[in-house]
Amino acid sequence: MTAAVSGRVGQSGLGGLAGRRRIRPTVPLGYLVALVILAITLVPIAFVFLGGFRTNAQINSAPTGLPHPWVIANYKTILTTASFWQNLAASALIAVVATGLAVGLGSMAAFALSRYEFRLRETWFIVFAIGLLFPANVASLPIYLLLRHINLLDNPFGVALPEAAFSLPFTIIILRPFMRAIPGELQDAAVVDGASRLTFFVRVLLPLSRPALMTVSVLAFVTSWNAYLLPLLVFTTPSHFTLPLGVATFQSTYSQNTAAIFAYTALSMLPALTFFVLAQRRIVGGLSGLAGSVKG
Amino acid sequence: MLLTPALALFAFFVLLPICIAAYYGLFNWSGYGTLSDFVGLHNYRLVLDDPVFRESVLHNVIIAVLSLLLQLPLSISLALLLNRRLRGGSLLRMAVFAPYVLSEATTAVLWLLMLQPGGFVDQLFKAVGLGHEVKLWLATPSIVLYTLFVVVTWKYIGFGIILLLAGLQGIPVELREAAAIDGACAWQVTRRITLPLLGPTIRIWMFLSIIGSLQLFDIVWIMTIGGPANASSTMVTYMIENGFRSLEFGYGSAVAVILFIISFVFALLYQRFALRRDTAGALTGAVG
Repeated sequence: MTAAVSGRVGQSGLGGLAGRRRIRPTVPLGYLVALVILAITLVPIAFVFLGGFRTNAQINSAPTGLPHPWVIANYKTILTTASFWQNLAASALIAVVATGLAVGLGSMAAFALSRYEFRLRETWFIVFAIGLLFPANVASLPIYLLLRHINLLDNPFGVALPEAAFSLPFTIIILRPFMRAIPGELQDAAVVDGASRLTFFVRVLLPLSRPALMTVSVLAFVTSWNAYLLPLLVFTTPSHFTLPLGVATFQSTYSQNTAAIFAYTALSMLPALTFFVLAQRRIVGGLSGLAGSVKG
Repeated sequence: MLLTPALALFAFFVLLPICIAAYYGLFNWSGYGTLSDFVGLHNYRLVLDDPVFRESVLHNVIIAVLSLLLQLPLSISLALLLNRRLRGGSLLRMAVFAPYVLSEATTAVLWLLMLQPGGFVDQLFKAVGLGHEVKLWLATPSIVLYTLFVVVTWKYIGFGIILLLAGLQGIPVELREAAAIDGACAWQVTRRITLPLLGPTIRIWMFLSIIGSLQLFDIVWIMTIGGPANASSTMVTYMIENGFRSLEFGYGSAVAVILFIISFVFALLYQRFALRRDTAGALTGAVG
């Protein structure tokens, strides 16, 4: 398991997937299929971005036409309304808190579970691993009831804390083998040099685990950023809404103003797509790594 | 102790809620006042007897089966294709994966725009001469579930492809080259060497796909709220509709517990029987 996971986390990613030796020459059919795939994935996204540059009159008279003339009013309106930026800020705050907690607490737990012998160690690990089998959406209503009890409804932490808790299983499952693979001699050397457990953890282990830490951070961040159901149940004040909740609400509130919906949707896709272009190696590597570690 | 904070957070927000739900599920409770109307397993019986709930379970199963029958072969073919060296291949891999990074909510709104009556999809049908096939994609009970399946496929196919591509990278080129030298044709190499070696990856994909199908919610809720007339309801939309929206928290808790049991039993059985032959790992070794 150790080698499989660290290997995957380390090198997968689109870059690693490229550069493959071919077995036989590529055929024109390949390019044709590639073109079709490209169209199916990208045309809907482009359709939304372009739609944001049209007016409602243009959209009504020709639903699929190109912008003529191009108008930036829709984008301008949305970028100057408070609600879009509030949604964005709420999403960012919640994702940062959830990621920080999951990775912070998760790496401590993975450290204990990977490098120390203690009673019930494997049992605790299984408890976390079982969490991976528990779909977050199914838990949403019970979590809502719990949050009601402890007065965390309509509070960003009411979303961030459960999200962090649900990100712990994959964080620990990915980090543990990675930390375990770091040679024991390093720890012995650190101890000889007078380092405490904590010093070793902070100064040696965490820096060495950086690739795996990046991977789990990206996974936790994206999971939180995209979440819809829990925010839907928890938030009632529109200024607390996260971006996915904001998009869905905007769509149902302004159903007559199609052009504005296009623009709002396009703008809400922008952070995710930008982040993906920047972090694609981590996202792809993380997902394959996670699959690899479930497999063992 | 380093383990304690993580364990506390996990126990409080993952394990405790399901225990609370198991308790609340025994009461007739609208969320206000005290828990006094103890009804035992009555809620559970009501849920299991409700034809709408059964229909919702069936919808989840249909989505899961369609995923295995259609998405899997499609993902494998595309992964095999993308695994060859195509000019612009890395760009293509990125494009295929792009929908996966969009949130379900954004995806749902995007497809609401695409599927507007007379909108992009309808125009496309007309342009290729299938204008008479145009339907109200989201308002026709016999069609809506399949429309949603197409949207789900659009969003998740890239994930399967990337996963399978990573699996293909793990197969030594030498094996396939050796087979080719021995005179195996491309199809034989794929059928006898590549696919069997891809087995573990395929089984993982199936697992993630089924778990995903079981908790399908966001896309359905935003696009149809499970309608028209429950034609696209899923287990989770049923829980939110009948537990949260109608303020029947006792009933909703019972639904949550049933869904939890369904997903958990499935996961354990799958781990035990399908993933077993793969290297013993975290869950296989521990739970199985």
